[in-house]
Amino acid sequence: MINPFAPIGRGFLGMLAEIGRFSAFVGRAVAAAVSPPIFFGQFLRQCMQIGYFSLPVVGVTAVFIGAALALNIYVGGARFNAEQFVPNIVVLGITRELGPVLAGLMLAGRVSAGIAAEIGTMRVTEQIDAMTTLSTDPFKYLIAPRVLAATLTLPILVVVADIIGVMGGYLVSTSSLGFSGAAYLRNTFNFMEPQDVGLGLVKAAVFGFIIASVGAYQGYRSNGGALGVGRATTNAVVVAIVLILAVNYLITAFFVE
Amino acid sequence: MTAKLQLVGIKKKLRGRQVLDGVDIDVGERRSLVIIGGSGQGKSVTLKCALGLMKPDAGQVLVDGADVTKMPEEIRARVMRKFGMLFQGGALFDSLSVWENIAFRLINADKVGRGEARERAIEAMRKVRLAPEFADVRPIELSGGMQKRAGLARAIIAKPDILFFDEPTTGLDPITADAINDLIVEMVKDLGCAAVSITHDMPSARKIADEIAMLHDGKIVWRGPTADLDHSGNAMVEQFVAGRADGPIQAVV
Repeated sequence: MINPFAPIGRGFLGMLAEIGRFSAFVGRAVAAAVSPPIFFGQFLRQCMQIGYFSLPVVGVTAVFIGAALALNIYVGGARFNAEQFVPNIVVLGITRELGPVLAGLMLAGRVSAGIAAEIGTMRVTEQIDAMTTLSTDPFKYLIAPRVLAATLTLPILVVVADIIGVMGGYLVSTSSLGFSGAAYLRNTFNFMEPQDVGLGLVKAAVFGFIIASVGAYQGYRSNGGALGVGRATTNAVVVAIVLILAVNYLITAFFVE
Repeated sequence: MTAKLQLVGIKKKLRGRQVLDGVDIDVGERRSLVIIGGSGQGKSVTLKCALGLMKPDAGQVLVDGADVTKMPEEIRARVMRKFGMLFQGGALFDSLSVWENIAFRLINADKVGRGEARERAIEAMRKVRLAPEFADVRPIELSGGMQKRAGLARAIIAKPDILFFDEPTTGLDPITADAINDLIVEMVKDLGCAAVSITHDMPSARKIADEIAMLHDGKIVWRGPTADLDHSGNAMVEQFVAGRADGPIQAVV
């Protein structure tokens, strides 16, 4: 007789095994990142790749989200005669939530997929094996620089996203909603508190870590040629997005409580 | 005399299948051993176990008499520095130029300055007859034969004690394949190292081997000098060398 619970049990055990493998991978990556030799050139290259070259996509996303947020808050606020709170809620929403989450989601698509595809291709073409035979630890040369670079540059990207997002709200509010520019900025700065930005930066660092480690893990474990690399890339994006959203809730709940 | 490399009773199971079932091989200094065998018989797994890229389930990998499977990671990494490897597809790093590929180990593991590393890379390119004007191009711009030459230059640059070759002539035209075979013989002789190759290209095996071993069903079923290959007295070797579909080995189609 077929046990209907067997597939559920198998899936659950499989998930636990995957979590175990991922945890071991992350532990090895962190150990590689904090022990010599450090490949500083690789780290700088990844900072450019992950941080600098992501500026346009994060900036464009932030300006539109800030603008749309201002319009929505204006419409919602009008129901309670609270339209004047647009700058306050825009800055709160951008710095605490939308800046880090949207930057994280954009980088999950751009960076996590890129890392998975690059390392996955290196895996299936034996470049990672070649690196090992050349007395170079792939965790130190390939993975640690990416994890470090993503963890350190995402907070910087989020600061930029915060500024541009607030400016998106400012532009819409001053051009279409009748706000005075000076009053909008005064309200923004008076209302914003350091912990709002701080919370966003903590989230950004954690998201950066998730994005790079998930991408590297999926790529490192990929097999089966082009199909395997494609699957690794898709998994990297999906897993990174789900983890970002789940961890975002946990961090928010922790700081709010 | 102690063998440079010795595999003793190597067993490895992958996805429930016993790929290696007690492989024993050894190769001495200045000797070239070629392992032949059909696809899926465990040649690549044998090489990966020897190189430390895969951990055997049982058995020993002895390098100069010391078992690397039981060594702590740092000591094992030092022993692995004695190895050089030419991969089947070249396995050159796409993101680096040809000279950076060749000098990868010098720059990243041996901490040689980039200027000196470049000079040594170009010297290695000359040895494998790869023109220095290709030093700054990306590997993707090289032909298959040139990629093999670059891979060979990368394998020999640090003067290894043991060289491994994984299907060195696969995908090459017969003339280029023969040139690569000549280079392999020359490099092994120049370096005075031990060499282990896996291939199913018989002209290549005959040219580069002092000894040939045949792997079938995870075991070495025959081993002898290259000169004995055509009168091995082993039905499987005879079938494989003749390239016949009928015989004790079932063709996988």
